[in-house]
Amino acid sequence: MGNHYIPNSVHKEEMLREIGFSSAEELFSDVPKEVLRGFNLPSGKSEYEVFLEMNRILEKNKSVLEMPSFLGAGTYFHYIPAHVRYLIERSEFLTAYTPYQPEISQGMLQALFEYQSLIGELVGLEIVNASMYDWGSALGEAARMAARFTKKNRFIVPKALSPEKKMTLETYVEGADIEIEYIPWGTNGQLDIEKLKESAEGAAGVYVEIPNFFGLIEEQIRAIGEIAHDAKALFVVGADPTSLGILEAPGKYGADIVIGEAAFFGNPMNFGGPRAGFFAVRNDKKLIRQMPGRIIGMTRDREGKRAFVMALQTREQHIRRAKATSNICSNEALVAVAAAIHIATLGPRGLRELGEVILKNTAYFKKRINKVGEIPFDGINFKDVLVSFEIPYDVIHERLLEKNIHGGYYIGKHFPELGESALFAVTETTRKEWIDDLISALEEIINEAEL
Amino acid sequence: MYRQAKWDEPLIFELSKPGRVGYTMPGPIEDIDVEIPTELARKELNLPELSEPEVVKHYTHLSEMNYGVDSGIYPLGSCTMKYNPKINEEIAGHPKIAFLHPYQDEKTVQGALQIMWELEQWLKEITGMDRFTLQPAAGANGEFTGVMIIRAYHLDRGDTKRTEILVPDSAHGTNPASAAMAGFKVVEIPSNEQGMVDLEALESALSDKTAGLMLTNPNTLGIFEEDILKIAEMVHEAGGLLYYDGANLNGILGKVRPGDMGFDIVHLNLHKTFSTPHGGGGPGSGPVGVKEFLKDYLPVPVVEFDGERYYLNYDLPKTIGKVKEFYGNFAVMVRALVYLKIMGKQGLKEAGEVAVLNANYLTQKLKGTKGYDLPHKELRKHEVVFSAEPMKKETGVSALDVAKRLLDHGLHAPTIYFPLIVHEALMIEPTESATKEELDYYVLVLKKISEEAYNELEKVKDAPHNTAVRRVDDVLATKRPIITWKMYKELKERGEVDF
Repeated sequence: MGNHYIPNSVHKEEMLREIGFSSAEELFSDVPKEVLRGFNLPSGKSEYEVFLEMNRILEKNKSVLEMPSFLGAGTYFHYIPAHVRYLIERSEFLTAYTPYQPEISQGMLQALFEYQSLIGELVGLEIVNASMYDWGSALGEAARMAARFTKKNRFIVPKALSPEKKMTLETYVEGADIEIEYIPWGTNGQLDIEKLKESAEGAAGVYVEIPNFFGLIEEQIRAIGEIAHDAKALFVVGADPTSLGILEAPGKYGADIVIGEAAFFGNPMNFGGPRAGFFAVRNDKKLIRQMPGRIIGMTRDREGKRAFVMALQTREQHIRRAKATSNICSNEALVAVAAAIHIATLGPRGLRELGEVILKNTAYFKKRINKVGEIPFDGINFKDVLVSFEIPYDVIHERLLEKNIHGGYYIGKHFPELGESALFAVTETTRKEWIDDLISALEEIINEAEL
Repeated sequence: MYRQAKWDEPLIFELSKPGRVGYTMPGPIEDIDVEIPTELARKELNLPELSEPEVVKHYTHLSEMNYGVDSGIYPLGSCTMKYNPKINEEIAGHPKIAFLHPYQDEKTVQGALQIMWELEQWLKEITGMDRFTLQPAAGANGEFTGVMIIRAYHLDRGDTKRTEILVPDSAHGTNPASAAMAGFKVVEIPSNEQGMVDLEALESALSDKTAGLMLTNPNTLGIFEEDILKIAEMVHEAGGLLYYDGANLNGILGKVRPGDMGFDIVHLNLHKTFSTPHGGGGPGSGPVGVKEFLKDYLPVPVVEFDGERYYLNYDLPKTIGKVKEFYGNFAVMVRALVYLKIMGKQGLKEAGEVAVLNANYLTQKLKGTKGYDLPHKELRKHEVVFSAEPMKKETGVSALDVAKRLLDHGLHAPTIYFPLIVHEALMIEPTESATKEELDYYVLVLKKISEEAYNELEKVKDAPHNTAVRRVDDVLATKRPIITWKMYKELKERGEVDF
């Protein structure tokens, strides 16, 4: 019987005969006999049976639609308008490969050029690549690029960095002899500028995030940029793009490289992936030459008509091989296009409103949580808020879960000096009753513990 | 015949009409005034303003100027552009996947962890490896993972002088690039006349500096490395590890396992062999499997099952760390598992077999056509590399011209100018999804192009004629880069571009 995905499975005999083979085995006559073997795998099933089976497995998950969640710390529940998924699932986008043949791939190329353009407007820089795997790998690439560009081998990052990014960065620089230096936070939870001043000299780059890992707007970010530049280091900014409707474009305060997570737009959380890191640099030929990843450019066809194509490929692995700026080949094109569609849908007013609503909702959360927990760092919070408790957070977490609320991200494991603290996150999707229920639940749990 | 739309679609910025709105935002919970310091407050934001229907029309038009697997045959060599089953999309779009946060309590994501664990069991048996990480986002990210494991393994044993990674000259560009990223010196091994690793050259390259050999098998010529067992023995004897680039696994799927051929580390491309769509350049997924003695070096976390519950294990003391945030491209893994469950043992074997049959069928049908040479041995696995060098010499028609003329017939071109060891390379991988009629037609058109090259040269040199745009000037795109709307607008205002 034929396989429903394999049209020629019913023509094998005939095709083999036509090309002079006696059997399918003959096609594999070049494989050493001793390694040809049977496989111990389950038999195939009908699509319907697999549909039922997958649905049964998925029943074991409880999504944030079924349980108010305050998780953030680098992944956030944003609402994605329905048309975004409809558009990226158009099979001409979905089932295409990398646009190696530009004439037949203009749609994807233009969509990626627009992605680059939209990110460029958000971050205030003119050169943007067509995506990295995620924010963490973009940070790794930024550190490597800074070292190549400055020919120095120390890269400065805040100690307040998500464990995902920290571990990814450390792996990325391991083989390049780059030393990562961690600058602690000051008493306000923001980067300790005095410590940075002591370290900046001789650094390849200084990386800072806005908002930072604790959800705080780094109010000294302009000064940080000046310190980096005074030390002739590249100034690298990691920005949550959903904040850029209300926060200044990092390119406007001197950033040489801006990175961040594009998948906060247009893409659901998907248990952490796929995502897409954006990567933008100043319009400087020397910087562009060191840039990792694919870049789409606008050009013309032979009749002078506007067209799009992969540009500046001499930096890439398929041409430069061992001397390429990065090994990246497949990136996160469709994730980037989804982000672009979402950004284009929001427009300037939507971006601003999104930022304002998140800012106000976060402020409401802070106002309420004050009654049950301590906020060790007071500043302007965007999404994440660090909250400390007097009882062990795992007790709080388990009790909240029993009440069908998912609390924040416990931070004590990676930052023991912060004690029983968790990052609670709020976005435009957070409902008032979720916060109110959380506060009542926390009051009850804390009272129980005190008894 | 497939015909692309020619929309003259403006950039989305050019479609903007001030005041148009494309969204509705939920209001704030409470209208609390939060002041952003002036020097950090946003001053201007030049984004397009469109309503939702306009956004939808724009991207629909763009999609109509793009060719996918669902548009027609897509025999891009080394890319395994097989059919992407629609049930994959249906399951992967489930709200119990989309709305899962990666830091959720394990009790609330048992289904997700089970999917990852089950996928790992399939991949282990398919490849003959003992443990997998699903974290890498794509093939190259998997390669980087693999070479970092090689590095960690040698250093852990105090073997600090192993600084070289050997790579055949037919390898994908990502191999040397990944090895270099991990700090290795790359040593290139030439191929022999048969298109396989030259054993003498390998022998003389191996030394106590050798950290490992990265090998694609079947290689990028579509040729099975017949001496693989000998190669494995040689590399291991020299103290190196053997790395399998899984980009071409489809050529031996269900027939041979890399683990049985002596490979210590493999990466797979779920977006090639395991039917997940490539999305115009990603997301992919590049799981890495290792033999037992390397499992403690894998990235964290790995997924464990204790008979009752699934959990994430971060406790691998020798781990290389992380190569990506969280657990990898989870939604891609879901699609691959659905495919595996439907295909099963027989289906996977059938896929490998018909992929190889289709490639050999095309090889034999095209062989002997004027202008196309078939260097190296004839028996291929999943792909074949012809050379248009005779045509180039005799008529001036290059592999690029042939590729462009194929587009005119509604067919996607092969991979061209790769592998680098074949001049004017046309690297064709039909996959098991192609029908016999499509293969016959592809051969027919390639033959027709050969006739045109020798008789009506201009038709080929001027191609493509029927696509959304005519031949694209890629040299200009690099000479005068226009990367964003802002750059374009400024050039346009200065009158420096006329498109």
